[in-house]
Amino acid sequence: MTLATEFEARPMPRLLRILTILTVLGFAGTLVLGLVAAGTDIQQGAVQRLFYIHMPSFFGAFTAFGLTLLGGIMALAHKNEKWDKIALAGVEVGLAFALINLLTGSIWARPIWNTWWTWDPRLTSAAVMCLTYAAYLMLRAGIEDADRRRNFMSVYGIFAFVTVLITLFIIRIVPETIHPVIVGASPQNAQGSFEATSGVVMALVPSLLLWLTVMPITLMWHRYRLEERLESLNRVKLKALSD
Amino acid sequence: MANNRKDAIIEVEGLSKVFGILPALQEVDFTLARGEFALLLGANGSGKSTLLRLLSGLSKPSAGSVRIGGWELPGEAMAIRAQIGLVAHRPLLYDNLTARENLAFFGRLYGIDRAECEGRSRDLLRQVGLWRRADTLVRTFSRGMKQRLSIARAILHRPDVLLLDEPFSGLDQTAAESLDQLLATARQEGRTIILSTHQLERAPPTGERALILSRGRIAYDGAFETSELAEMYRAAEA
Amino acid sequence: MKTPVFETVLAIASKDLRAELRSRELLSLMAIFALLSILVFSFALELDRLAREEAVSGVLWVTLIFASLLGLNRSLAQEYDQGNLDALLLAPVSRSAIFVGKFLGNALFTWLVGVLLLPLMTALYGMNLLDGRLILTALAGIFGLCAIGTLLATMTVQTRAREALLPIAMLPVALPFLLTAVRATTGILTGAAEWQVWFQLLLGIAVIYLVLCLLLYGYVVEE
Repeated sequence: MTLATEFEARPMPRLLRILTILTVLGFAGTLVLGLVAAGTDIQQGAVQRLFYIHMPSFFGAFTAFGLTLLGGIMALAHKNEKWDKIALAGVEVGLAFALINLLTGSIWARPIWNTWWTWDPRLTSAAVMCLTYAAYLMLRAGIEDADRRRNFMSVYGIFAFVTVLITLFIIRIVPETIHPVIVGASPQNAQGSFEATSGVVMALVPSLLLWLTVMPITLMWHRYRLEERLESLNRVKLKALSD
Repeated sequence: MANNRKDAIIEVEGLSKVFGILPALQEVDFTLARGEFALLLGANGSGKSTLLRLLSGLSKPSAGSVRIGGWELPGEAMAIRAQIGLVAHRPLLYDNLTARENLAFFGRLYGIDRAECEGRSRDLLRQVGLWRRADTLVRTFSRGMKQRLSIARAILHRPDVLLLDEPFSGLDQTAAESLDQLLATARQEGRTIILSTHQLERAPPTGERALILSRGRIAYDGAFETSELAEMYRAAEA
Repeated sequence: MKTPVFETVLAIASKDLRAELRSRELLSLMAIFALLSILVFSFALELDRLAREEAVSGVLWVTLIFASLLGLNRSLAQEYDQGNLDALLLAPVSRSAIFVGKFLGNALFTWLVGVLLLPLMTALYGMNLLDGRLILTALAGIFGLCAIGTLLATMTVQTRAREALLPIAMLPVALPFLLTAVRATTGILTGAAEWQVWFQLLLGIAVIYLVLCLLLYGYVVEE
């Protein structure tokens, strides 16, 4: 195999093509549902529409970080580079989703809570979750040996998931949060809650499904392929240098 | 090659190690008989340390198999560990402990009875000429003294196989001579020894076993003939 | 053929203790840091009598966490710099036993810092921290911190940035301990009954982390 052919891009699998189209169309569709089809909230006004991205983006991050956890366990069990690449893709996609989650929440909080940010337990734990996965990337960049990197990052990915679980369940553990719960009973201190009317549910459910499944998997798959390309580039570089 | 498979203690087959995408060892095969001495020659970066780390179980092979004393790596590493002594680049000693305490600690890790370990330490410290410094902290030792103590550490548990990674580097003439003597004793006791070096001057007497590594492959495996081998070695370097 | 786990753990922990009693470099470092931290906090937060009640458990735990970070970095660097980790791995001992040995040494040193801090803060801040329940909470919290800390420090000493990476890697993952320990401590200091709930949570998390560390330690020391 010549160097050039080795680095040639492999064609995109059909399933990925379909998923990509589905993601783009689905995102456009849920935007229409959230921005147009759903009614404007009487108390909160248009800013409430952010909710249709805010909550789904957290669950998207949940899926991605969950796949990082799975990738870590599998990479340790099978010593397989593929699972490690999946874990890395999960961290990057999940981190992007988690930042979208924080950002939309912050914009919503400005008119509703009258502040961009408050050190509420749930907000704090969400921020810590982001920092944990940012730390994952920093730690990863510091390890040169590939086998060691795979092992270390798998272990870290397993522990990092604890912060995801805390963010998810902290309302049950620390009840004094002001963060509202839309599905189920809100904590008594919650501020800015609104009712899950049939209109809200209609706009929320498709968006939630999209962010929870198709979107993270599609983006992670692309990121995975990018990592493979980077690796083959390195291999070609090495070959060119040693010849 | 007098490699009768019956008395083989180290059997290496198709051994490869890849660091990420960098191959460090490729398809290495050799067999050593019990009590045999082998000199592992090669330039810096030829894979000598990697091979010794693989044999000692510190590092796991990417492909191929290693059998030591009939046990397979890495699955039966625990059984192999007790039979191996390694003298690495670094001394692997604790600076804030005395020579005697260091040996006592490693004796405990190898499950040697306390009284037995004290006796062995005494003998070994005498052998390596550190008896008078037995109760001083290792941090005050010179490079040569640390090297000698680290050899005592490596043979404290009476391993069948002794692996030495560039043990002569950084030693002065007297220290090198006392190391030679220690190795001679270890051979008399029937231990199988692999000694790696990049210096031809450290070569054993003619007729001994020599392995040359070049770019992660075995370039030569046979009896040591000074003139011929030096040529081979240079050719492998080029 | 394999050295018993208990013997290994004891050998490693007592080796660390012996070396430390001789050089005292780790303990003195941690103790001086802890003292400075208390002083700095009392200036920075202008801790008057009222503010103290709220802040004192936070000050205690932040100080303990950073003191343990210092100790963990040194303790694992001592193993790694001289290649001694390899020497431990060469021996026929289980990887979990190596973890427990190192972990016990680290926890012991941090407990000693705690022993120093509690009476000192009692004297300086005029609040009684020498409470049986609080000592129990401190024991459990440090136990958990040092478990995850020993695992992470073993990883970070093998990276390029070394010391700098441990706080970044450890603080977020140690948050469950910080959260529950601070709450339990505040509960005890203010006489609230809910401290028990927090203490039980703290114990639960500590046990989960310890089990995970035992299972995963082999992967961070072997190539």
